[in-house]
Amino acid sequence: MSFYETYQTFRQILEQAGKASHGPDQIQRILQQSTLKPWDLYALLSPAAAPFLEQMAQKAHRLTVQHFGRTILLYTPLYLSNYCTNFCRYCGFNAENPIPRKQLSPAEVEKEAQAIAETGLKHILILTGDARQLAGLDYLKSCIAVLRRYFTSIGIEIYALETGEYRELIAAGVDSLTIYQETYDESLYQELHPQGPKKDYCFRLDAPERACRSGIRSVNIAALLGLGDWRTDAFFTGLHADYLQRTFPEVEVGLSLPRMRAHAGAYQPLYPVKDAVLVQIMLALRLYLPRAGIALSTREQAGLRDNLIRLGVTKMSAGSTTRVGGRTQAHDDVGQFEIADERSVAEMQARIQGLGYQPVFKDWQPI
Amino acid sequence: MKDALEIGGRCFQSRLLLGSGKLSSDALIPEIAARSGAEIITVALRRIDFKSASANILNHIPKNMQLMPNTSGARNADEAVRIARIARAAGCGNWVKIEVITDNKYLLPDGYETVRAVEILAKEGFVTLPYVSPDLMTAKRLVEAGAAAVMPLGAPIGSNRGLKTKELIRILIDEINLPIIVDAGLGKPSHACEAMEMGAAACLVNTAIAGASDPVAMAAAFSMAVQAGRQAFLAGPGAETSFATASSPLTGFLREGIGH
Repeated sequence: MSFYETYQTFRQILEQAGKASHGPDQIQRILQQSTLKPWDLYALLSPAAAPFLEQMAQKAHRLTVQHFGRTILLYTPLYLSNYCTNFCRYCGFNAENPIPRKQLSPAEVEKEAQAIAETGLKHILILTGDARQLAGLDYLKSCIAVLRRYFTSIGIEIYALETGEYRELIAAGVDSLTIYQETYDESLYQELHPQGPKKDYCFRLDAPERACRSGIRSVNIAALLGLGDWRTDAFFTGLHADYLQRTFPEVEVGLSLPRMRAHAGAYQPLYPVKDAVLVQIMLALRLYLPRAGIALSTREQAGLRDNLIRLGVTKMSAGSTTRVGGRTQAHDDVGQFEIADERSVAEMQARIQGLGYQPVFKDWQPI
Repeated sequence: MKDALEIGGRCFQSRLLLGSGKLSSDALIPEIAARSGAEIITVALRRIDFKSASANILNHIPKNMQLMPNTSGARNADEAVRIARIARAAGCGNWVKIEVITDNKYLLPDGYETVRAVEILAKEGFVTLPYVSPDLMTAKRLVEAGAAAVMPLGAPIGSNRGLKTKELIRILIDEINLPIIVDAGLGKPSHACEAMEMGAAACLVNTAIAGASDPVAMAAAFSMAVQAGRQAFLAGPGAETSFATASSPLTGFLREGIGH
């Protein structure tokens, strides 16, 4: 059993039916429902739902406050290594990009950890490129051993692993997995990932399931918005999250809504996502999955991030850098992509409080 | 005679228990506690930052309140047990609200694992208050396992839908010789009042207070509703009938001996 079967079923229907047209009556009816079916999500992502953003926002706000309260969990990414054997056309770490490559030693990880811990953060997300020979499991475990002394929750956003490998990292102290399918469009995926381990669409698609079977506490999935047709990618992100919730009810399933940002390569998104579209996607997914956490990174600008807090966001990164060693070392390299919200953790904390929400620093601890 | 709520050897005047997980600021807790008169508050261990001087929720909880750490995040009995032990070792006392949730979609409690956790923790001297679906057999097992109270849900947690499981909770109230505390789902003070009128020992409220525009005022409203419901229960409400009963009956003369 895999989400791939669900994906194929719905993709076939979409290909055969073409673009279904929806009317305002249908959108209004969906907004009255307490639970939504997959095609209701598709309708909320359609042009017909665009005039209903305010009504969707009101309902999304109510649902989010009801299920998550007025709280925003804060976390920050820590880039351990930018070595990569993949050729993802949209990514700054692409093996072909002539950028300085770097990998933190455990001692350097400790310095970064100290700098981050001073801001009060307790949740950390560690990231690497895809270079197993350099940033393999043993390296990751040595970094995790350092980070456990500073943080109560450790997430990974790294290359897709096998089930047993996830189990090893969970035993080492990892409690959450973030992994993006980038695009659910299988043929576009092949174009965008011409070489490297990431080329295998299904191995990546099934990674969250393998982590769930390994006992992970939470998984966070997404499509990188802008790569493919955003309606289809947002639709399948919702279906994927729903599938994970149903198949692994003990796992907290969350979503991210990353939009493509400027990066070291020349690749430009085929389907740029405007702010209003980003909002429509967030609201549609919140109404479809009222209990799913929604993470918003510093890819987005400060003003927009502030406005999105009330629309369904439950987690935000702060004090971010996408450079390896970006907090403690001289800046002789470039990051994976450009950060748009450069506020410090303290500034984010104050702003979230100012908006009537509680910034939450700790929402898990090893047990 | 004072009408006190007795749990774990302690007597409480208030029958409203507070949650703490969804507030816009922990700094609201003292005022909410003061206005509501609540004496018991539950806090998720996962949220307590013991090392932080400024962001430790425990700093906001009035010293006279009974702290009840909860096992939010536990997916089985063993995890709940570990969380309870960590809380006690960290100085949070021996009360614990046991939440074992293996379903993150609906957040429904796992009765079997909850009973297992109570069995272990009660033997270790914990005052256990398990959060469960209102199932009579589960509740009986919790009694045998040594629970100090049973906390059935009125509706799915955070749903604000009210006393949807009323008939099942009524059975627990009738059959279980422990305080029955309605936990989860109560969205309005009237829901809490209804539970108390029926004979519930207390109500635990979080979302309905935290999600209100004015959480302090809503906490006060819940407090009054709980008191009103309790007083009504003690006063013994009249029986419900399916037809109207006039206060000046038309056939009263038959009983007064006038009609012969």
